[in-house]
Amino acid sequence: MKTLLKKPESLTDAPMHYCPGCGHGIVHRLLAEAIDEFGLREKTVGIAPVGCAVFAYNYFNVDMIEAPHGRAPAVATGVKRVLPENFVFTYQGDGDLAAIGTAETVHAANRGENLTVIFINNAIYGMTGGQMAPTTVLSQKTNTTPYGRQAALHGYPIKICELLSTMEGVAFAERVTVSSPANIIKAKAAIRRAVETQLNKEGFSIVEVLSQCPTNWGMKPLDALKWVEEEMTKTFPLGNFKDKKGNGKKGGQ
Amino acid sequence: MEEKIISAGFGGQGVLLIGKILALAGLSDGKQVSWVPSYGPEMRGGTANCTVIISSSEISSPLAPMPDSIIIMNKPSLEAFEPLLRKGGLLVMNSSLIDVKPKRSDIKAFSVPANDIAEKDAGNVKAANMVMLGAYAALSDSVSMDSVKKALEGEMKGEKQKFLPVNMKALELGAAAAKKK
Amino acid sequence: MQKMLMEGNEAVAESALRAGCTHYFGYPITPQTELSEYLAREMPKRKDCFFMQAESEIAAINMVLGASSAGARAMTSSSGPGISLKQEGISYIAACSLPCVIVNMERGGPGLGNIAPSQADYFQAVKGGGHGDYRLIVLAPNSVQELADLTVDAFDLADKYRNPVMILGDGLLGQMMESVEFKKSSKNDVSKKTWATRGAKGRKPNIINSLYLNPVELEQVNLKLQEKYREIEKNEKRCEFYEMEDAEYAIVAFGIMSRIAKSVVNEARQKGIKAGLIRPITLWPFPSKKIAGAAEKTKAFIVTELNAGQMVEDVRLAVNGKKPVHFIGRLGGMLLTPQQLMEKLEEVAK
Repeated sequence: MKTLLKKPESLTDAPMHYCPGCGHGIVHRLLAEAIDEFGLREKTVGIAPVGCAVFAYNYFNVDMIEAPHGRAPAVATGVKRVLPENFVFTYQGDGDLAAIGTAETVHAANRGENLTVIFINNAIYGMTGGQMAPTTVLSQKTNTTPYGRQAALHGYPIKICELLSTMEGVAFAERVTVSSPANIIKAKAAIRRAVETQLNKEGFSIVEVLSQCPTNWGMKPLDALKWVEEEMTKTFPLGNFKDKKGNGKKGGQ
Repeated sequence: MEEKIISAGFGGQGVLLIGKILALAGLSDGKQVSWVPSYGPEMRGGTANCTVIISSSEISSPLAPMPDSIIIMNKPSLEAFEPLLRKGGLLVMNSSLIDVKPKRSDIKAFSVPANDIAEKDAGNVKAANMVMLGAYAALSDSVSMDSVKKALEGEMKGEKQKFLPVNMKALELGAAAAKKK
Repeated sequence: MQKMLMEGNEAVAESALRAGCTHYFGYPITPQTELSEYLAREMPKRKDCFFMQAESEIAAINMVLGASSAGARAMTSSSGPGISLKQEGISYIAACSLPCVIVNMERGGPGLGNIAPSQADYFQAVKGGGHGDYRLIVLAPNSVQELADLTVDAFDLADKYRNPVMILGDGLLGQMMESVEFKKSSKNDVSKKTWATRGAKGRKPNIINSLYLNPVELEQVNLKLQEKYREIEKNEKRCEFYEMEDAEYAIVAFGIMSRIAKSVVNEARQKGIKAGLIRPITLWPFPSKKIAGAAEKTKAFIVTELNAGQMVEDVRLAVNGKKPVHFIGRLGGMLLTPQQLMEKLEEVAK
């Protein structure tokens, strides 16, 4: 019998703890596939965040470090500066990357650290049970914005790809989603391109993945997918924001 | 033998360098040395000072609440450090900038118009600190003049080498002024 | 090797290079900035060395975490307020059993305090500082020479026990110059760091982690750490005894205060007071047994520190009520003069 599909070698056999309908598992797989495809598994060091993906070190079949909350880009900087020929990635959520770790994110990007950041934006704090994230969209209800996020009270959702793409050290920034098979194929292409950016020593690369969180959004999985496509993308337009190689389209177009 | 020296003046007068050269000279004489820069609110702008200890045995405390010698480049420093000087200790003061006499009579005091000598005879007023150092080295047994000269040469290497002749001259003029007395 | 005149901060930096430290991450703060500046000049000249001024103390310690995970000998340095910011990372590094060297040139506190020398971070260094049950090996040098020597030891101890080591100095020690001879050197043996995350080539992945949701598991992790700490306590206590042979009064002091105390011991001996000095060189592990032993022979202890009385608690635990333990200190960056200590000694000896 011919094998049509198999688990990437860069994933372990450990059953993932993610909730039904969550996007993390898909993104884990896409990244693991890319690592396999570039033949990088044995020279990869991954940095797990604090947040829903905290256990990523159990799922990726590569050397892993679990970083303090928000500090993954600093930890990755330390690793990469010791091992410049290895492939180094961080895998972070919105609270980790865009709230408590904003400084580490912005400065690693600004230094043009030659690493790859996979950024899961699901507009909510998942692990702690549904509080406001820096990327929670306006009027979205969470446990700490029970009347909906209001600009005057909570500020605006932070647009990481737009922000980082202004920095000279950033070589690649693209926002994708995993809401449909077609979008998953696009997400995979962006992740591959980000990996390639690091291998070519072009500088900082980030893929922001709009991901669904049915549990904390209080939606059925299918409704959550619809919400990503119809609501989240209004605030967070999909597309490439920066590609130093110059092939990218402008975001939101 | 143990000599505790405080070098003090305005920031920018080079009092820390006086101390450093003394410490280097002591080191090349085979002594134990320590150098501590000033602390406190006067670290910037106002007065600066450092404490140097040159000793033939292990130095315990690197501080000198009662110094054996003081090298004083300006009036506020005279007011601050004259009272601390040990009985019979040596005061070398810059009379170009200090228009008063020392208050104490139980010390050995020596005045040298360091700014005037540096400007008129050595050719650069900035070398006044070396005039003071030269005078101190001639008056004290704690360091040899040869070692002081060697230390100065060592400090004025590379880009700073162009300043060596003026500073060396100032050092010698200071020593000569002290010997005249 | 010729003796050279060098500032304490620079001696640590030079010694770190001689100990095979290849990665330094820091953030400017007085009075330790000269340490960073020295490495900023010297590291780019050397193959495989890397210096970085990080965006914050928090980032710096986490870069150390990353570099150490990747097998390098890594270091950061700071002073009080910056060390407070590093505590999160230090707790993680200790929990993950990663080696690294952290230098604290203490300044006056609390809060922003000032830049004058102080010893008020003793508790923070010795009793934890960050969250959880962990220990740093804490070395307290008292001269520029010892700063150089103990920096090499710090890297060796860190690797030997896979534990963070802190060099606890102060602004005076960091900024004073003395003669120094670089007698010791060491090097990093990456091949022995089989736990490092350098790519899972031909082996199972290594995971550096401090998360154990299951309390049964986390207790085991803690017990293992504790076992290591007992081992360190057994092997690594260091202490200097000066004029203690016939001493009736023992002054206990560490770091720069031990220098002032030594001059007082000398002076007291001339006055006919039989004083001696006990100087803990490792603040953790604390040389309790040595001090307990001294309590059998002396009449009283005087602990002197540039704080409100921190190490004195450990001395009292060691003496365990056998003899009176007195304290004299200065606060806020003020130095205790030999005269003040002498007066205290005379009062106790009366």
